[in-house]
Amino acid sequence: MTKHLGDASVKFINPPSIISAAAVVGPKEGEGPLAPLFDKISEDILFEKDTWEQAESELMRQTVELCIQKSGLAAKDVNYIFAGDLLNQNSGSVYGARSFERPFFGLFGACSAMGMAMSLGAMLIDGGFANYIVANASSHFCGAEKTFRFPLELGTQRAPTASWTVTGDGAVMLSSNGRGPYVTSATTGAIVDLGQKDVNNMGAAMVPAAADVIAKHFRDLSLPHDYYDVIATGDLGMYGLQLLKQLLAQDGFTATDRLNDCGLLIYDTEKQDVHAGGSGCGCSAAVFAAHYMKQLRDGTIKKILFVPTGALHSVVTIQQGESIPGIAHAVAVES
Amino acid sequence: MVKKMDIFWAFVIGGAICVLGQLLIDLTKLTPARVLVFFVVAGCVLGGLGVYERLVDFAGAGATVPLPGFGNLLARGVKEAVDERGLIGVLTGGFTAMAGGVTIAVVFGYFSALVSSPGMKE
Amino acid sequence: MTAKNYEKLVKEASPKSAVVLNSAKAFLVGGAICAVAQVLYSRIEAMGFSREDTGIMVAGILIVTAILLTALRIYDKIAKFAGAGTIVPITGFANSIAAPAIEHKNEGLVLGVGAKMFAIAGPVIVYGTVTSVIVGLIYYFVR
Repeated sequence: MTKHLGDASVKFINPPSIISAAAVVGPKEGEGPLAPLFDKISEDILFEKDTWEQAESELMRQTVELCIQKSGLAAKDVNYIFAGDLLNQNSGSVYGARSFERPFFGLFGACSAMGMAMSLGAMLIDGGFANYIVANASSHFCGAEKTFRFPLELGTQRAPTASWTVTGDGAVMLSSNGRGPYVTSATTGAIVDLGQKDVNNMGAAMVPAAADVIAKHFRDLSLPHDYYDVIATGDLGMYGLQLLKQLLAQDGFTATDRLNDCGLLIYDTEKQDVHAGGSGCGCSAAVFAAHYMKQLRDGTIKKILFVPTGALHSVVTIQQGESIPGIAHAVAVES
Repeated sequence: MVKKMDIFWAFVIGGAICVLGQLLIDLTKLTPARVLVFFVVAGCVLGGLGVYERLVDFAGAGATVPLPGFGNLLARGVKEAVDERGLIGVLTGGFTAMAGGVTIAVVFGYFSALVSSPGMKE
Repeated sequence: MTAKNYEKLVKEASPKSAVVLNSAKAFLVGGAICAVAQVLYSRIEAMGFSREDTGIMVAGILIVTAILLTALRIYDKIAKFAGAGTIVPITGFANSIAAPAIEHKNEGLVLGVGAKMFAIAGPVIVYGTVTSVIVGLIYYFVR
């Protein structure tokens, strides 16, 4: 029996269970509305290290360690770690995972990393190639500024459509057995580029990819549009989410009221001056691991389509005049 | 003797040049780095034409402190050097004129890096 | 959906920068920096220094102040309010030298501080120098 459905989806026959989740964040996220749900809030933006790169690795290490701890397993029980981040050559994930000495796949999908990690992890488990897999994604505000924008002490103004990179990490432990919530299906996004070039409006660059993968998911699995209680995109921000609703509605999608964006949940966008909202690999990962996992467990929601979104440009390609390619991966989780 | 009108015009013209920069950043796709380059080149060209000196006579620091003033300083320097040394002055004038400012910025920038480290934005 | 249609949608959905407010703030702060410089200029020149030396001293005071504020992590906070008002004056040039030097000190004193110091200010010096040579050449032939 084939598990591949339609154009770009897979449906799991033995759906992997999420047996634990952990989220660690920085000080600004610790002042946001989700603060009580995070496992740990670091008051120190450097996580007691010396550089931003070390800080992100430490953030990643702590979160994965917590996730393993909460699952009741030991690090040696983990078959694979899938992890992604925004630093060059996946430094955050690589140096963070170094001390675990476990089989490691470093992923680059920009801020869609958590969607990649969960999809690939679930495929491996359903395929019988693993019993326990950690899926993880991290980002650090200062490391991202240094990598993609300007030195922190440079006097700059942010555009109203700019987003704020989340200092945070979310990890989940996928298992071949457990009592749910279960990863039931996944749709892998294609690279979609409608020619957007404004790096201060990345929500707009990623929206077409999100609309594409969401539409494909419902088509491939032949689901009614109101099947999920929530469809949570990664980091489109407030203007991006509006655009996504518009695009999907134009396409005949009827359940736009189920759409929400992790970037709008992690900060108080009125009070915290983050402009369009939160972004970064850690944004969707931490919001899923803390907020949506809690809602799935306490029954507030039963089914979620989790759609982390990524902007796949580099500083070099933008300087060469290229546009920003978008991507989004949809992962269905049901309790 | 500090004249009140000198301060007033320095404020107004200096502020106006900054507004021009703000408009370029907000309304065009120019990044701040490109705006700075534009201002220096514009100041140097206007200085070469002798136009910018008139603005300096009128607005004082309001014309010399914004970056076009830096461009004008280079133009003034290169012209003086050409007057004194001919073609060799073409090569030495600009750099000599900016030597003081750039050296101060480099030396203090260097020591600031030794003692300070970057912090979180608000 | 074509790129052109989408661009139209994006333009409608995305808010513009608060141009008037930003400009007012840039005017006030940028103007204030120039006004302070004017006071310094008059005072120093009154002590009997030449026009050139006075210019270097005023620029020096502004540059050192800006770098100090950068090192104390204050300059970027003023700039968040002032925008071009703190980018366009010579203080912005100083900030653009100190900020990358501080940011990249972890990559070492040579390739971090030394090389990255001009990551933003470098183009200003390059284009200023090239333009000055062109201006000088033309001046040499037409004077």
